[in-house]
Amino acid sequence: MIHLDSVEIRRGGQVIVSDLSAHLQPGHVHAILGPNGTGKTTLLRALFGELPISSGRIRLGDLVMAERPPSHWRDHFSYMSQDNNADVALTVLEVVVLGRLGKLQLHIDDEILTLALEKLQETGILHLADRYIASLSGGQRQMALFAQVLMREPKAMLLDEPCSALDMKHQMSLLELLVQETRRNNWTSVVVLHDLNLAAQYADRLLVLGGGRCQAFGAPADVLTPELVSKTYGVPVEILHDSAGHPVIQPVRPRTISFHREAS
Amino acid sequence: MLTPSAIGTAIAAHRIRERRRWHAIFLFLLIALVSFVLDVATGPSMLSPAAVVSSIFRIGDSDAMTDAIVMSLRLPMALMALVVGAALGAGGAQMQTLLNNPMASPYTLGMAAAAGFGAALSLYFGGFGLEPMISVPLGAFIFSMLAAAFLFALSAMRRVSGETIILGGIALLFLFQSLLSLLQFLSSPELAQQILFWLFGSLTKTTWPTLAITAGVTFVSCLILLGYSWKLAALRMGEARAASLGVNVSRLRIEVLAVVAIMTATATSFVGVIGFIGLVAPHIARMVVGEDQRFYLPMSLLAGAVMLSAASVLSKSIVPGALFPVGIITAIVGVPFLLWLIFARKRSL
Repeated sequence: MIHLDSVEIRRGGQVIVSDLSAHLQPGHVHAILGPNGTGKTTLLRALFGELPISSGRIRLGDLVMAERPPSHWRDHFSYMSQDNNADVALTVLEVVVLGRLGKLQLHIDDEILTLALEKLQETGILHLADRYIASLSGGQRQMALFAQVLMREPKAMLLDEPCSALDMKHQMSLLELLVQETRRNNWTSVVVLHDLNLAAQYADRLLVLGGGRCQAFGAPADVLTPELVSKTYGVPVEILHDSAGHPVIQPVRPRTISFHREAS
Repeated sequence: MLTPSAIGTAIAAHRIRERRRWHAIFLFLLIALVSFVLDVATGPSMLSPAAVVSSIFRIGDSDAMTDAIVMSLRLPMALMALVVGAALGAGGAQMQTLLNNPMASPYTLGMAAAAGFGAALSLYFGGFGLEPMISVPLGAFIFSMLAAAFLFALSAMRRVSGETIILGGIALLFLFQSLLSLLQFLSSPELAQQILFWLFGSLTKTTWPTLAITAGVTFVSCLILLGYSWKLAALRMGEARAASLGVNVSRLRIEVLAVVAIMTATATSFVGVIGFIGLVAPHIARMVVGEDQRFYLPMSLLAGAVMLSAASVLSKSIVPGALFPVGIITAIVGVPFLLWLIFARKRSL
């Protein structure tokens, strides 16, 4: 359980996130949504204890963070940043094994190898285990790094745009796996997403940020109203529904008169 | 769905990869041994490798003359070549890991130039009343550590990236090189000659005590570095990701930099400036065994040892009877080798 109590985060004197309160529940996937530059990544990094919060506090169970995170705060988190570069001569298996950094000896035993390979199998890239990570495509690398964060045994899982380099199929399998593992391990999962429709399908709760403030927090069907999305993103939208009842957000092209110039 | 057989196959593949790396390390160990024997055998009076082996291990009947040449002259030098090469190779490897930059080495970060300046200063002031045998290496060591302290201070600052540290190191390199030139300009021709001779790294200054100190420091440092294997591998994934895997990045940087600085400063103090080994050996290791630090560190160490030992053989055999400073050889051979490595890497990616 993560509690945010009127959290404010400043960077370089500027307020990025202000007066944010929310309860994030274990076993739930929470998606953070919002336009570019609205503090989604900043919020995630603050949760991870990488950025100080200027007022308010964040609680993870009994641990309390105010201004500075207490020691061992990060031990309870898995954090996957947006950056998925890895120009290093390590095999995919070695990269995933690093997820268990605290427990590694000079000899890696079969138990850890098996665990790592199971993560690769779950993410569907077991066949890449022996390849160098630098030789993979961006999407494959992102899956490998996701397998790496799965190796940690966190209480909370923080993912910053984990689908940015993935095709449709892999976006779905990553999020599906995230939902399953979140339920199974009772993680409190927080994921920054850009695709509202994916968020509506996979997240239990949506937290919409706009201008550094919480615009809405709740179940997808309640949060994703045409008014809210139009206001937050500044584009007119229609909300449709798919056959399963999930909201589908359709941006509406402004109906202006267009002039077609004759080819001259 | 889990298929245990696929996982079993993947584990086997990983174990095979590990075994291949062990073989590569063993091969380099053999090459180092061969080079070492040749190094002892080469010199104004050529010895046969068999005579060298029998003299070192005191087997069969060897004559007193051979024993004297081997034990008091050539053996410490040949061992020093291995030890210094190992220290520079391992040191360069960890600097490259630490700063996430393939151009990092004790030489490019200005530590070698600082050592040169320290040695020159000590020569210029007549050793401050100490024996030159002690005062010159001491001066080199102190200044090398001062340069390292500057790099520590940089890396301890928040929000200073590996790249900034590299730039700071290059600034140091220029600073100490110009100070050195100034000192050479102010010196008498004889003194300038002495300074110049120190700057050409050379193994001829080796004695058993300096060998023992260098070997001891290098051994302990490498053991400590081996303990940091996984953290360093995580660091190569990027500082942010290492932090997210539970590494205290600034602490790791300072601790490893301290170990590397002491190890390479010790080696440089006794033999002078030897460039390119710290830069090139890690590249060889990366190509052969990858960057799993459990193999990368020993391999960089061995590659460095082989390179300096081979350079030592070369330095004695280009003109029979004459001995070139080994630092000149490593620089001349090192540059084309480095270029080749860079272009070979580009092609493979």
